Amino acid sequence: MRISDYQYADIIHRCFRCGYCKFPADWSDVTNCPAYARHRMESWSSGGRLWLIRAWVTGEIEWSPYLAEIVYACTACRNCVEKCPLPIADNIVNMVVAARSEMVERGLLPPAVRDVLTRVQQRGNPFGLPAKKRGEWAEDLRVEKFSGQDYLLYIGADGSYDSRAQQAATALVRLLEKAGVSFGILGKNEADDGNDVAFMGEEGLADYLMEQTIARFRELGVKQVITLSPHALYAFTAQYPRLGGDFQAYHYTQVLSGQLRTGALPTPQSGGLRVTYHDPCFLGRWSNEYKAPRKVLGAIGGLQLAEMERNRKSSLCCGGGSGNCYTDLLGGSEESPARIRIRQAAETGAGILATACPNCLVLLEDAVRAEGLDDKLDVRDICEVFCQASGIPL
Amino acid sequence: MDAVYRALVDIVGSDYVSVQPEDLFTYSKDLGTSEPGKPDYVAAPKTTGAVSRILKLANEHKTPVIPLGGGMSLAGLALPLKGGIILDLKRMDRILELNEKGRYVVVEAGASHGKLTSYLHKHAPRLMHSEPGAPPAATIGGNLAIHGQGDLAHPYGFNSDMIAGMEVVLPTGEICRIGSCAMGEKWYTLHPLPDLSLFLGWNGSTGIITKVSLKLYPCKKIREMDIFCVEDENLVPEILYELTHAGMAGDLVAMSSKLPPYSDRLHMISIALSEDSRQEMEFKRQILFDTHLAKYIREGTGGISMAGRDVERPMVSKASDWKKGGGFEYVGAILPVTDYPECYRRGAAISAAHDIPYTVLGRVIGAGHAMMFSWSYAFNRADEQSIAQARKALHETDDLVMELGGTIWKPAVYGQKLLLEKMDANTLQMMKKVKTMLDPNAIMNPGHWEVD
Amino acid sequence: MHTLHFDENKCLACEARDCLTRCRYMNMDAQGAAAELKKLIAGEDSPVLHDCITCYACEEYCPMGNHPFYLIVSRQEALGISPLPSPLVRQGIQMGIPFRGEPEIEKVDGLALNMGVFSGLSHLISGKLFENVTPISTDSRKMFHYFCQLMYLHYGKVSVINERLEGVMEAISAHDADAVVHFHDECYGTYTSYAPAFGMAVPFKSIHLFEFLHDRLTELAGEIHPLGFRVAYQRPCSSRLSPDKHVFVDKIFDMVGVEHVERQYKNEEALCCGSTIMPQKRPDSRRFCLDIQRENIEDMKRAGAELCIFNCPACMQTLWKQITEYGIMPIWMSDLCRMAIGEKPA
Ligand SMILES: Cc1cc2nc3c(=O)[nH]c(=O)nc-3n(C[C@H](O)[C@H](O)[C@H](O)COP(=O)(O)OP(=O)(O)OC[C@H]3O[C@@H](n4cnc5c(N)ncnc54)[C@H](O)[C@@H]3O)c2cc1C
Ligand code: SF4
Ligand code: SF4
Ligand code: SF4
Ligand code: SF4
Repeated sequence: MRISDYQYADIIHRCFRCGYCKFPADWSDVTNCPAYARHRMESWSSGGRLWLIRAWVTGEIEWSPYLAEIVYACTACRNCVEKCPLPIADNIVNMVVAARSEMVERGLLPPAVRDVLTRVQQRGNPFGLPAKKRGEWAEDLRVEKFSGQDYLLYIGADGSYDSRAQQAATALVRLLEKAGVSFGILGKNEADDGNDVAFMGEEGLADYLMEQTIARFRELGVKQVITLSPHALYAFTAQYPRLGGDFQAYHYTQVLSGQLRTGALPTPQSGGLRVTYHDPCFLGRWSNEYKAPRKVLGAIGGLQLAEMERNRKSSLCCGGGSGNCYTDLLGGSEESPARIRIRQAAETGAGILATACPNCLVLLEDAVRAEGLDDKLDVRDICEVFCQASGIPL
Repeated sequence: MDAVYRALVDIVGSDYVSVQPEDLFTYSKDLGTSEPGKPDYVAAPKTTGAVSRILKLANEHKTPVIPLGGGMSLAGLALPLKGGIILDLKRMDRILELNEKGRYVVVEAGASHGKLTSYLHKHAPRLMHSEPGAPPAATIGGNLAIHGQGDLAHPYGFNSDMIAGMEVVLPTGEICRIGSCAMGEKWYTLHPLPDLSLFLGWNGSTGIITKVSLKLYPCKKIREMDIFCVEDENLVPEILYELTHAGMAGDLVAMSSKLPPYSDRLHMISIALSEDSRQEMEFKRQILFDTHLAKYIREGTGGISMAGRDVERPMVSKASDWKKGGGFEYVGAILPVTDYPECYRRGAAISAAHDIPYTVLGRVIGAGHAMMFSWSYAFNRADEQSIAQARKALHETDDLVMELGGTIWKPAVYGQKLLLEKMDANTLQMMKKVKTMLDPNAIMNPGHWEVD
Repeated sequence: MHTLHFDENKCLACEARDCLTRCRYMNMDAQGAAAELKKLIAGEDSPVLHDCITCYACEEYCPMGNHPFYLIVSRQEALGISPLPSPLVRQGIQMGIPFRGEPEIEKVDGLALNMGVFSGLSHLISGKLFENVTPISTDSRKMFHYFCQLMYLHYGKVSVINERLEGVMEAISAHDADAVVHFHDECYGTYTSYAPAFGMAVPFKSIHLFEFLHDRLTELAGEIHPLGFRVAYQRPCSSRLSPDKHVFVDKIFDMVGVEHVERQYKNEEALCCGSTIMPQKRPDSRRFCLDIQRENIEDMKRAGAELCIFNCPACMQTLWKQITEYGIMPIWMSDLCRMAIGEKPA
């Protein structure tokens, strides 16, 4: 079958399949595309995937569950966009997402993807948990509800529902309080930000979620938002304006680094922690923020930041982007990206692997256990590391 | 599931074997204009032992085996012409030993050139290997299997002249070492033992290279490129003669292309220079420009068009987008340096006839002992006619090389045929003997270098 | 066909003949200069046509507003005397040929900022200083439509400039801006000096980047934090075509609180960056170029410069490496101004 109105039909053939997209910035290996690193077969690389999509679009091959899996296993980590030397670079991820949209439209989805989308549609979150439970994590914390404070703190589904990410959300609340930031949360009135849904190709649902959030923000007079998750940050800054969202969004590390600069947040001491930092794709490559998280970590006295060889623009994706942390299409192997990443982190000799994204946090923590390194390496969100150093009880 | 599939799963694990139509599709095509060739299986082994077992298996079943590295040959050299098992060797990518003072590195053949360059940069910044201008995903083994040349071609020759040891798996599955490594663990020379390097340039039709010791060469701190430009193509050979006489350059490449317009009908001779200090660099430039090339500058027939440009990784891939079509392929040929003018004129004419902007490039190999020419033809992958046109231009160029008495480098099947037709009968017979002896069941990349 | 309006009567009345006597690349007294000028005016061969390194300086030296350098280049072309080897001339001429389609022209409300052939440097013109201008020619595939062509003065080819310039002016004026700020001195010189000298009407008003920056800094004066550096300035050849705007260099330096160090090769005595000298045909041109580059940079160093300020991309490209090796930091004028108002350099 030919997909007649595929949005990128006029450029998708321009991928040369030359494979620059597999590399990190220093060309140190072909393994910086997480999907390719996991499978090591050409179909799973950026070029292979684009050629397959094109073949599906032109009718040269038929849809199959395997094809759908290949298409959905791209984590939208944007490594390929950084490295591809051709003018198509900026559209690589768009071409994949557009193919997903076609699959959504035809109901041709991998079961895991279909389930996640259904759960978001029915319950408003990818876990399929009741919407009214979204605020429960904060009940004991006595966090103010948003009512015109300077900032709205947007937690997102992971921080709200996932027990591990909730710990990060809690730490963040405590830190913002300590930094004297005036903020409130939405609790059970928070809706999904729609970022992953959009990247999974379910545009209709994504737009619906985004419009819902915009309306709510508008109603409440939200002008500035702090996000726990870089995924929400990216949606708010890059996708919401198109739908009329007119508020400023910041990742929490950006706000904290500001508070550190003004002295509003005191700098704690750590007893010589050795920490490595994993750049989340949606904070780094998508939002071009590499400094703020390092500033926050760097403000901890005595902390040694031991960079992994693949850092900043060359960070290896944990494998969780664009819904993959829920669908786990890249899981189940020693070569799952999160496990490779754990081994890279361990090489630095750090005792803590810090990150700044709840998706990364959850996946990396699972991976550190799978690698049997959990007694050597703690996976922490930056706000947790900072709280711990500041002696804030969690 | 059939027996071969089950056996492959047993050897490499189910994650790394596939008979999925999508994978067979992906591996049936390469970047150039060749017709697709479908494999029956794809397998990605991790170890030499696994390669050996797969070859034994393939002999049992008389199934073809096609080794694949980066798949960047452009000429369809790793596309199955008769089905069989594609062996994607890129998981065999370890860097096994660096002997810095002994100036060699032992790598698995599936390691990419990009990886090795990056590794040396970090662990032995005073050493380099000769990296081809191909995309960095090109592998060490694949490049040797087609006699590639890299950025040290002028000082040191073909990449296949720069090896100090090999491990290969014969078509029948035996693992062999060649060179000093055959007698122990020292991988420093191929000679002076009886010559057994029957695998270089064979497109994988005599066995699979699994490990290689590559010679490393001094890498200086400052690496820059100057460009000397002339209008008259007839001057190129004598200028190269001057430059190779001075013997101070690294890579030496002469090039002309229709696009971008500034290089049209001009010949850009790029001269790579590297030294540890500014003084040494300037000394070299004095010898080259103020002595050897001064005459051309004074006459006004040649000029320094660029000086001191930083050397960056070449991004030749960009040429694939000249037709906004994601494709190009070139004919490579080895010819004497003196043929440059003719190669340029005739190549530009072929391009013009096919309405493709011409690109003719010649890289000096050795002290001007030969030149690797390439004539590139961009095409639009979405337009069958454009592909057909490029293919036609490629074939005409193959014919041109034969007419000029040249040797086609990494010939596609069409070019291989031309070469075999012209080859001395006794040489042909010897090739056949070697092939039959090594590969009695003719399973290795069948259809390539095949003597009837 | 456009021809140069050169007023020979001015030369007759001229005493010092600064154009040639002050030329730092030729050794000539007033008498010699008179003789050579006579030949030039008459269209005869003269050593000047062979020895000129095309530094543009005489355009500034001439106190009468005559155009000695344009005359020299016109005569070089007429007599087939090229300062550069012929392949480089061809390369240069072909470089200016646009080959990637026509630019899409959008109307500009207010001021346009013309990047000319330096679209690749568009990142420099960001931040507060540039808030109220609309950049044009920011697409490197289309930038040759905006190429002021003046480079061909180094090539002995006024004909190429004259052939192409009207089309270029058309592209710029089609944006319909109130006035055009030119990123590069060379563009500014083209539209305010060269075109009028050759009798071409320029359909838009031009503003020099430095004047623009100076005005913006004045508006943002409250936000300026003096930088306190000691700086040298690499004056580009094309600045000689707008000597009246050169004063803004020191005005800007004063505003941003940097000290313009006293040195031998300052202001009218500036040295060419060398990019055009390097490949010229004259024997030993390459080494001569290196010599003046070294002299220039050592002069900066002796004067205690910490930064060297550039505006011309060609000067920057030619000298940044060497300057850095001398421990002086090369920096764009626009970045210097941005730093002064607390922004990060691009
Ligand atoms: C843009 C571009 C520029 C290029 N520039 C250059 C250049 O400057 N110099 C140059 O030399 N080449 C160049 N090439 C050609 C080619 O990409 C390189 O030679 C490359 O190194 C080939 O390696 P590969 O791993 O991609 O080989 P493949 O294409 O995978 O394989 C090539 C052949 O070798 C066989 N083979 C692969 N691995 C093995 C093995 N381990 N043992 C035995 N046989 C094997 C294959 O079956 C096939 O026949 C260029 C290509 C492109 C696309
Ligand atoms: S995405 Fe870009 S780098 Fe990757 S194979 Fe395609 S063209 Fe090459
Ligand atoms: S976005 Fe990331 S996962 Fe997707 S193809 Fe590109 S590099 Fe691979
Ligand atoms: S060009 Fe100017 S300086 Fe030279 S002689 Fe004429 S008037 Fe005098
Ligand atoms: S352009 Fe420069 S070198 Fe030429 S005559 Fe004028 S001042 Fe002298």
